[in-house]
Amino acid sequence: MATSELTLPQKTSGAPPRRRVRVMGAGKQLHAGPVTYVVLVLFALVSLAPLVWTAIAASRTNERLAQTPPPLWFGGNLFKNLQTAWDQAGMGTAMFNTIFVAACITVGTVLFSTLAGFAFAKLRFRFSSALLLVTIGTMMIPPQLAVVPLYLWMSDLGWANQLQTVILPTLVSAFGTFFMRQYLVQALPTELIEAARVDGASSLRIVWHVVFPAARPAMAVLGLLTFVMAWNDFLWPIIALNGENPTVQVALNQLGTGYIPDDSVIMAGALLGTLPLLIAFLLFGKQIVGGIMQGAVKG
Amino acid sequence: MKASPYAFIAPFFVVFGAFSLVPLLYTAWYSLHHVQLSSLDQQTWAGLDNYQNLLSSDFFWNALKNTFSIGVLSTVPQLMAAIWLAHMLNYRLRGSTVWRVVMLTPYATSVAAATLVFTLLFAPDNGMVNWVLDAVGMDPVNWRESDWGSQLAVSSIVIWRWTGYNALIYLAAMQAIPADLYESAALDGATRWQQFRHVTIPMLRPTILFTVVVSTIGATQLFGEPLLFGGVSGTKGGSEHQYQTLGLYMYDQGWIVGNLGKASAIAWSMFLILLIIAAINMLISRRLRKS
Repeated sequence: MATSELTLPQKTSGAPPRRRVRVMGAGKQLHAGPVTYVVLVLFALVSLAPLVWTAIAASRTNERLAQTPPPLWFGGNLFKNLQTAWDQAGMGTAMFNTIFVAACITVGTVLFSTLAGFAFAKLRFRFSSALLLVTIGTMMIPPQLAVVPLYLWMSDLGWANQLQTVILPTLVSAFGTFFMRQYLVQALPTELIEAARVDGASSLRIVWHVVFPAARPAMAVLGLLTFVMAWNDFLWPIIALNGENPTVQVALNQLGTGYIPDDSVIMAGALLGTLPLLIAFLLFGKQIVGGIMQGAVKG
Repeated sequence: MKASPYAFIAPFFVVFGAFSLVPLLYTAWYSLHHVQLSSLDQQTWAGLDNYQNLLSSDFFWNALKNTFSIGVLSTVPQLMAAIWLAHMLNYRLRGSTVWRVVMLTPYATSVAAATLVFTLLFAPDNGMVNWVLDAVGMDPVNWRESDWGSQLAVSSIVIWRWTGYNALIYLAAMQAIPADLYESAALDGATRWQQFRHVTIPMLRPTILFTVVVSTIGATQLFGEPLLFGGVSGTKGGSEHQYQTLGLYMYDQGWIVGNLGKASAIAWSMFLILLIIAAINMLISRRLRKS
């Protein structure tokens, strides 16, 4: 990929659509007054307080959590509770499983969404606009419509509790396809594809040397959004998996239904299961925010 | 070369077809059969039995009603707060990116993790919420047992997780509003509030419609929040089924009671409701486009 980027003219990086939006907004932007800051601080407190309190509760004992008033500051039991959650509530296995599942889903979704998004954005073929509409329409279908047959097939195949059961159905995404299509319409100059074609490049070469380099920023953002969604997927995993081979959400569901009747351990589990995504937000928050806003303007 | 566009879109349609479209049709088929979890091999024709069973079941209508009321309780305040938040984020702020990331943080928290925390915060005896209510001199609320109290608690989880996300969507739309609209409104002597009311809101209308549709789809399938809020007996949606949603009812009938045929019928009822909503939405947006 690195070498292919060198051979490309700078045109591919084009003007990212985000920039134009920012310029349009900047003209009318008024400075925020003190009242706005106060209200924003309140919103921020509501956003963060439940997470901070999760950590506080995870650092206490079950007995302390049963008392009034509830604890407002950290205690000394955090590591003990984290360890109990890791070992006894299966959070350890669950974390590794979820990293694997979410990674597979992310790679599949980004790859397939880029290919389909490219076709919808830049290639002319019969029924393309109808097929794009169908793709968007599929976002309306609730996952509940698929789980009964999926469960029966899974039982026939003996795939209960196996990770591929929760990976395969989620390998593609209508949102991702639309997201990549909207990005590539603007970010990938059509002349570039035509020039490559005149040079006799095959479709695969064009994808590898022209489409992927141009799509890379959007692929990264889609990857982050997909990873968050895959990490938090709930309905199908709790039907397909159980405590023997859980994902994080399955393990949390078991904790919630009284598997370990200790609230401080339950909170430690919730904290563990959220921590990787919080770290991702700390590192890539700006890109994730940008991705959601980018998807919104065009969606 | 001619075939390649189809090759590029094939993975999406193959996986979607195999794991969504075909199952969707099979779900319709199963909804017309008796399918029991305990004897998966024996599927006998049931005609419309499962649907008749639903229509005459109080629990189905209760779940439908709860889905609707929790949907309204969670969507309306959420979207209003999101517009307000977006309006503030649209000012020129110090550290604007930090504010945005902070508001989005609840989105990083899974349904399960968020619900486990909120269940403790809303604990009737020793939870934070009732302690605060007591501190400001209000009566404690039984967030577990009462109808509106438990529905409000479940809704608050949805509101908490999604307000920031929707605010970002509104913010993106606000930033795309041409500045000269505000300038000419200001020249006409419009106050900030009047500008918000008569420029921002009308320009946001398509985006508002979009978020209403997405939130409605989400509300129709609400499942994880009421399930985990209920603890050990979560699939019943509370002792009196006071927050059992359609999604929860489907899971309860399918995997706890073990009647997968009936669960399929519930799933298709959900889909029909969504199709009706989609039709209404199309009518509204057509009207909007005309005016």
